[in-house]
Amino acid sequence: MSNENAAPAVGPRAIVAGHGDFAVGLISAVEQISGRGRMLLPLAIKQLGVEDIEALLRKEMVATGVRVIFTDLQAGSCTMASRRILHGMEDAVLIAGVNLPTLLDFVFADSMPPVLAARHAAERGKASIVAIGGAPK
Amino acid sequence: MTLELFRIDDRLIHGQVVVGWGQPLGLKFIVLVDDAVASSDWEQELYRMGVPPEMDVFFHDVGTAATRIPVYRADPRAGLLLTGDIATMQRLAENVTPPLDAVNVGGIHSRPGRVQRLRYVFLSSEEATELRALEQRGVKVTAQDLPGARCVPLADLLNGSDL
Repeated sequence: MSNENAAPAVGPRAIVAGHGDFAVGLISAVEQISGRGRMLLPLAIKQLGVEDIEALLRKEMVATGVRVIFTDLQAGSCTMASRRILHGMEDAVLIAGVNLPTLLDFVFADSMPPVLAARHAAERGKASIVAIGGAPK
Repeated sequence: MTLELFRIDDRLIHGQVVVGWGQPLGLKFIVLVDDAVASSDWEQELYRMGVPPEMDVFFHDVGTAATRIPVYRADPRAGLLLTGDIATMQRLAENVTPPLDAVNVGGIHSRPGRVQRLRYVFLSSEEATELRALEQRGVKVTAQDLPGARCVPLADLLNGSDL
């Protein structure tokens, strides 16, 4: 029996980069929920300088042809390095502050070009944050 | 309040600075001292976008920073001064009056010619000499990546005993 929801047999469509094991953890969650974790390539950044992060990201982008980078924190080293790489690259996008709903939306939007899918997913990710309870009296 | 911390960090503005130190110190401004960044609008925009909107960032070359530091020291808000390398901090220390009290080594990463001294500090022999020279000027030099981490004295940093 075919499974229409199975992940297509393609290489990664985006890089996820962040402090410590952030990327590995998020992609593990994506895989557990969707079975589509292979669409995302994790980069765990631990004690690297910005130049080393930039070189690592650039190497992976060249190797995979990926034009989408998700990072954890707007002020983070991964974001800074990504912005340097993407400066002048009109066909690439950086999404900073990624969360699990963003990545889930992205991996299921595989009919869209990756850059458009990433921008769409970012909007979904933003809208997915809600505060429940704890309202001031 | 004043300039709470003079930090050497080759990543300049990044998560540890904005969040790790920014939150507990209640930082309201960052003074980024770097000759190259001070002359590049694009670099400045890059770093400015990395901080929350309520935090100011001021960019200076070493010469201008030395003249502006008294103003920042008198600022009622809490601030942090950053350089990306030891040599820049040393040049600053040579030109600031009154002299710097203390310098924090927050992150100097691996590069050919450097030897690891801490998990987050790698130094060449020239850089070790520059740090000693700073201390000989009366500046207390310690290494500490985050507020909750051990504040490592220069002697321990240079002999790698905390590695």
